[in-house]
Amino acid sequence: MSFRNRWRKILSSLMLSLTGVCAVVAVSILFLILGLLVYNGWRSVDWNFFTQLPKSPGETGGGMANAIVGSCEIVVLATLIGLPVGFMAGVYLAEFGGKTFAFLVRYTADLLNGVPSIVIGIFAWSVLVVRMHTYSALAGGFALAMILIPITARSTEQFMTSVPQTLREGALALGASKWKTIATVVVPAAHRGIATGMILGVARIAGETAPLLFTSLNNQYWNTSLTQPTASLPYMIYTRAMSPYDDWHRQAWAAGMVLLLLVLFANVAARLILSRGIAVQK
Amino acid sequence: MSPKEPTTMSAPNVPSPGQAAGKPGGRQDKLKAVNLNFFYGAYKALHDISLEVPANKITALIGPSGCGKSTFLRTLNRISETIRNTRVEGQVLLDDEDVLKVDVTALRRRVGMVFQKSNPFPKSIFDNVAYGLKVNGFRGALKDAVEHSLKRAALFDEVKDKLQKSAYALSGGQQQRLCIARALAVDPEVLLLDEPCSALDPIATAKIEDLLFTLKDQCTIVIVTHNMQQAARVADRTGFFLLGKLIEYNTTEIIFKNPAKQETEDYITGRFG
Repeated sequence: MSFRNRWRKILSSLMLSLTGVCAVVAVSILFLILGLLVYNGWRSVDWNFFTQLPKSPGETGGGMANAIVGSCEIVVLATLIGLPVGFMAGVYLAEFGGKTFAFLVRYTADLLNGVPSIVIGIFAWSVLVVRMHTYSALAGGFALAMILIPITARSTEQFMTSVPQTLREGALALGASKWKTIATVVVPAAHRGIATGMILGVARIAGETAPLLFTSLNNQYWNTSLTQPTASLPYMIYTRAMSPYDDWHRQAWAAGMVLLLLVLFANVAARLILSRGIAVQK
Repeated sequence: MSPKEPTTMSAPNVPSPGQAAGKPGGRQDKLKAVNLNFFYGAYKALHDISLEVPANKITALIGPSGCGKSTFLRTLNRISETIRNTRVEGQVLLDDEDVLKVDVTALRRRVGMVFQKSNPFPKSIFDNVAYGLKVNGFRGALKDAVEHSLKRAALFDEVKDKLQKSAYALSGGQQQRLCIARALAVDPEVLLLDEPCSALDPIATAKIEDLLFTLKDQCTIVIVTHNMQQAARVADRTGFFLLGKLIEYNTTEIIFKNPAKQETEDYITGRFG
């Protein structure tokens, strides 16, 4: 074996181990966070956490039942507004967008994606909270929808443009109209990717805290309508973790874990549903 | 030929082609391109193509890559319109009717197409064949229609036990025949094939060629091919394209045995391209 050959092998194994180490580092950060969260959360969570309302400051015990429900309310609201609008915008960009206007929409969506979420919160506050004279779940859902729309639009667009043009031509050549082609061939062919993008988007907004500070705020009690201040898990984590009480710290860990599990559960469920059907051949 | 051609008086807007090898008796011509030009942006891809496709015959279009034969084929069912910034000048007549003036979905129902790379939908075999029927509002026994189309495409025996399986479970040749079955399901009057065998092995190719012969009496076939032997084997008439121009168009026998143009002879004999 020549020197050149040996050197090549050494370099190859060096680079391989380097990339391997970096991959492990990247993954271990995630697992460290998850591990710590589950370790602390698991010790703190109990049945009361899911069934009781929060106790006053200083008192021990109590739970976050209203925040769990409130979080779900807000996220569902945001999903109902954000996913359809984002999806349709993505379809437009992928299938109908011309040059100038599509560029504008795409660019705006990317900009919106980069806007700090707290700014979105202020925006929703000035648009809804100020006019309605109250913090509300509605305003929270609206703020989160503003974050969800550009994420969904861009990921939908990307997955739809990755559907081979030959599939569209195949449908058009059979006399399908453009709308029919999109609805019956392109979207079904891209549905897994589109849905994955949506799931990631919903997971992202489920954990957003800053926009909620200005919009849904918090509530000690059950809210009775969507136009009332509403408790949410991220907000609870924020206030509980900042408090001076040990019991509240524990509750913050528990809330963190529950939020994580909720997102994980939704994610796994969606993926299970999506794993049926036929994927596109590349 | 003789100056009397009043049988085609029904189409007054057709400029007299005056081209060599034009067949008399227009009724026989299913499709007719008249002075067709095609542009990709500023680039002119087709130059004054005039060509008649006789009914219930196989017409092959040959020529080197980039000569415009696929572009020409794609103007016949207006699938070329899916590419932005393109433009057509001239006429394509289907039964003496300008295809640019008819509803495009209705046109494509009458003029089916099979593509170079097989492109089954990510659906079951059954749903692939049924697709064209469903979008065209077919009311009838879907199962029988699908079976009939698969039989016409000589695929039924191979897939009859797995109609609900993914179309992607089929081999390349089977997928291409599935695409032919899918196109046949809507009972097109014309079938356009754009290098349908370019990705297939000789056995699969032979199956598709056999298939074309059996389809001939039910529809008019236009096939673009890279493969000159294929054109010689299957086609009744052959057109030779070069650099966006139709150099020569005649019966296959004349094109291959006694071409009128030097370019055609050079291409046929493999002296270039």
